[in-house]
Formats: sequence, structure tokens, C-alpha cells
Amino acid sequence: MSDTQLTSARPRARRARSPLQDRRGYWLYFIPGGVLLLAVILVPFAWGFVLSFSRWSGVGDIVWVGLDNYRQLLSDSVFLSSFANVLAMIVAVVVIPTLLGLVIAAVLFDYLGRRFAGNVVAVLRATFYLPQIIPIVIAGIVWGWVLQPDGSLNTILRAVGLGFLAQNWLGQPHLALGSLMTVLVWVQIGYPVVVFMAALSRVDPELYEAAQLDGAGAIRRFRAITIPQIRPETFVVVLTCTVAALKVFGPVYALTSGGPGNATYVPSYLSYQTFFQKLQVGYGSAMATVLALLVLLVSLAILWAQRRSEAKEER
Amino acid sequence: MTAPVPGIPARTAEAPRRARRRDVGRWVMLAIFVAVGIVIVSPMLLVVVNAFKTQPDYTTRGFLSLPQPWTFDQISTYWTQSDFPLKLANSFIISAATSVLAVLVSLLNAYAIGIGRVRGRLTLVVLFLLANLLPAEAMIYPLYYVAKQVGLYNTQLGVIIIFVAIHSAFGTYLLASVFGTFPTALLEAAALDGASRWRILWRVVFPISRPTLVVLFTLFFVWTWNEFYIPLVMLVDDSVQTVPIALIAQQGQHQTSIPLLNAGALLSLVPTLVFFFIFQRTLTRGVTVGAVK
Repeated sequence: MSDTQLTSARPRARRARSPLQDRRGYWLYFIPGGVLLLAVILVPFAWGFVLSFSRWSGVGDIVWVGLDNYRQLLSDSVFLSSFANVLAMIVAVVVIPTLLGLVIAAVLFDYLGRRFAGNVVAVLRATFYLPQIIPIVIAGIVWGWVLQPDGSLNTILRAVGLGFLAQNWLGQPHLALGSLMTVLVWVQIGYPVVVFMAALSRVDPELYEAAQLDGAGAIRRFRAITIPQIRPETFVVVLTCTVAALKVFGPVYALTSGGPGNATYVPSYLSYQTFFQKLQVGYGSAMATVLALLVLLVSLAILWAQRRSEAKEER
Repeated sequence: MTAPVPGIPARTAEAPRRARRRDVGRWVMLAIFVAVGIVIVSPMLLVVVNAFKTQPDYTTRGFLSLPQPWTFDQISTYWTQSDFPLKLANSFIISAATSVLAVLVSLLNAYAIGIGRVRGRLTLVVLFLLANLLPAEAMIYPLYYVAKQVGLYNTQLGVIIIFVAIHSAFGTYLLASVFGTFPTALLEAAALDGASRWRILWRVVFPISRPTLVVLFTLFFVWTWNEFYIPLVMLVDDSVQTVPIALIAQQGQHQTSIPLLNAGALLSLVPTLVFFFIFQRTLTRGVTVGAVK
């Protein structure tokens, strides 16, 4: 306590001498950023929260209905299934890409990278990363064409004599979610690979060499060196991917529109429909608010876990 | 990745054989990875092949065969039908303006937080981070409503303002932590020479942090270019739409012609691919800068 008082007292004495020490003047630099933050993010967010207690079509009078919208959400089967699908999105966007990405990055870096030229590894890495830079809707349109009943996937299956496997990949409720998840894995996989490979190049190579001399095999090195060394990056990947998973919109819009039935609804797409097609602004706001709170809670939890793991490491 | 397999114990006669066996394993692994790579790019390869087909060629011979004959008809049809140059210009204007302004706003914010060390800076950093993480869905309706009231709906400026706010929130978070480790000796020297705060920003901080700013610019550009949700809501007129929005509008109108759809997808991909090949280094650096605090 007294420590902080001491340090904050010192600059005050020097303030007159140098612009660096006068902290108040720096608030001027927040004007553009602060105005934008307020006008585009904080105020609209608060306004949306307020609207979630209303019934409104976007024009005319706003009717205040208290918690009605939230009560309705609890018995809305489409909304509930859209939240259940969030779990599927997390599997497809966070769990599978992070685990696979870890293995792929380690193999590229520690196994293939030792035997083959750097270009080979770089080209493979770029290939895995390619889907990440394609606009998500274009990816969605292309996959929609690949997966349609007479699309390329089924044609290829028939051509190689596996015609019995051909399916209406996006048109059947029990397959559509899996197809969507596969597309999302395809989109996402390159991100962890690139981040983890960069993280590995930061790790001292002598660690690996020493382990190798001690007779540790590739799998042993993976568990004892790779995973602990790149923990900071793992947290960032998990955080960004989880937020992305909660916000999935484009692929659903382009591939399935939430169907067939309610099989592939996600909260983001459902709230979009509620806002702009059903014109139920209050109800849509309640959905969006629940989604936003979920995003904030999950992010804070991951940030907290990250902090704790860092603190543990320093000890 | 320079030194190949250091320290193979070559004393026993068995060692070379073991090394060779290990080599076979590596070749098998390489083959697996190449195969996976091919599977990953295969949808894009199919797009390339089918964008150059005529409709009858596609209907009779399917999409696995090479075009016969190769034709630019679909490409030029999509080019004129969707007014592609205009869409390209729209996407470019929105992305370029957003990236420049968002980098500028991030720089100003981060200067105050990271170098000015204003009071409550940790709270501010967390606030900016959370603002960036908030789903756009939670503020889209008020934004849409106000934009309609003030005449920013259906304009590029409206979309630019929204993107600058969202992206600069991320940029502030990132730059503030980078500036936290800025060499103070430089700042003090400049201050002793009598440089004002504004001058220190542009003469000392800006040049030194330029590499990070370039990374931010590149990230913002790609994010804006690929963004879908906000343009979908805010840009309804053909004349202001971006490249991805134009393609999905086209898909709704001309559901039948698959080669035309492929041509559109290919045309829409080319700018991102060009950008990727030019800025591949910066981009991979950018993705990783975001990951190392």
C-alpha cells in the first residue's frame, strides 16, 4: 500500500519539468478512440441491453415488457438448440483445431523440419493456412457446392465405388451439423498451426538436442518440451478460437440457413433472423445479450486461467 | 531448421540401419502431410477448374474433368454482371480507409496507455480487449437504427466507422502491451531536448514501432476485406457492396449456373490470394504478434 503511494508521489514532484511526467495531458490522446469506443460499442451495447426488455418492431412505439423476452427464451426450442449447437461449434473451432494444430505443428517443426528443407515445411504450413485467408462466405459457397446432393463429394464417392456412402450432406438433420463442423475445422486448422510453429521456433533448440541425447523420442519430447513451452500461445489460441466459435455466422448463413429443421441454428444467426427478418427487435436483443454475456464470461474465465498459470510459472 | 539430425550415435553397426528406418518414417509422414495438404486445397482446385468451363461442358462431363475448351466466358460474364471492378473498389476503399484510421486510433490510444501510463491503464486495456471480443450482434440493431437516422446506412463511411472502432480496440490492446516495454531512455532524451508530447509520438515512438504498425495494418486490412456480418446488414445497395457480399447476392439470383458461380468465387478469391502472397511474412508475423504478449 505505502509502496504505491511512494511511487505515485515521485512523478508529481517532477511534473513541471518534462512533458513525459505529466500524465493528465495524455488523456487528450484518448479523444478519437474514446469517442469511437463509446459511440460504436459501449452505448449501442447498453442500448441493446435495454431493448431486450421491450417488444418493438423497429418502428412505432416501444412496449416495455420486463423479463418477458428472457422467459420466452427459456421455452424457445429453436433458441435452446442454437445454444446446444454452440458446444458443437466449440468442438469444431477450438478443441479439434487446437489439438490437431499442436500435433501438426510439432510434426512439421520437430520431425519433418529436421529431415527436409525449410521450404518444404513452409509450403505445407502455407497450405494448411490457406483456408484462413479466404473470405468465410466464399468458403461457405464453395463448400455448399461440394456438399450438395449431386455435388463433387458424392460424385467422387460414386466414381471410386463408394457410392453407398453418398449422402445429402447438408439436407439431413443428423448430417448437417457434422458437415458444418467439418467445414469449420477446415477453415480453422491453419491458425493454431501457424501460431504454434512460431512459438516452437522461440523455444531454445538446445532443449530438444539435450533431450534427444538423453534418448527421449519424438513423442516424449512433444510431451515434456513442446506442450509446456508453448503454453502462453495455447491460451491465446484457445481464447481467440472460443470467441470465434461463439460468433459463428457466415458459414451457417452461406451453407444451411440454420436448417434442415432447426439442426444447425447458432445464436448469432438466430438473432440476425429475429432482428432483420422477423422484425422482433426486443426478442433479438435478448438473444444477443445472452450471447454477449456468454462471450464475456468465457473470455474472462480464460484470461483468469491464463493469469493464474503465468503466476504459477513465475513462482 | 538448419542442422539435420545432430548427434546420431554412429558407433554401433546397427546405427545406420536405425537411422534409415527413421528416415522411412519421415518420408511416410511427409507423404501423409502432402496428402492432407492436397485434400485441404482441393475445393479451391475444383473452383479453378470449373470456372473455365462452359455450361454444357459442365452438364455433360461433370466437374472432375478438365475444361474442354477452356473459356473465359464465365469469368467475363461475372465481371460485367456483378460490376466486379466497382465491388473491388468498394472493398479496397473500405479496407484501406479502415486499416489506416484504425492503426492511427490504436497508436493514439496506446501512446496514452503504454507510454503516458495514465491512471487506470489496466482497466482501460481490459475494457478495450473486451470491447473487441463483444459480438457485433449485441450492438448491431442500435447501430443500424442510428445509421439510418443520420444517413450513414448504406454508405461506406458508416461501415468504416464501425470497423475502425472494433479493430482499434484490438490494436490498442496489442500496442499498449508492446509500448509497455518501450525503451524509456529514448523518451527521456527527447524530452530533455525539449520535444513536446506530440513531437515525441511522431519523431520517436512512431518510427520505432513502425514494424508492429505494419503488422496491424495488414491484419486489419484482411479482417475488413473478409468481414461479412456488418456489411451484410449495413450495405444493401448494389453500388456500395463489397466483393464477398456481391458473390452471395449473385448466388441468390443465379442459382443454376455452377460455372458462373465458380467464376465468381475464383474472381473473389484472387485479391485475397495476391494479398496473401505479397504479405505472407507480415501476416504470419501478425498472427504470432497477437499471440505473444
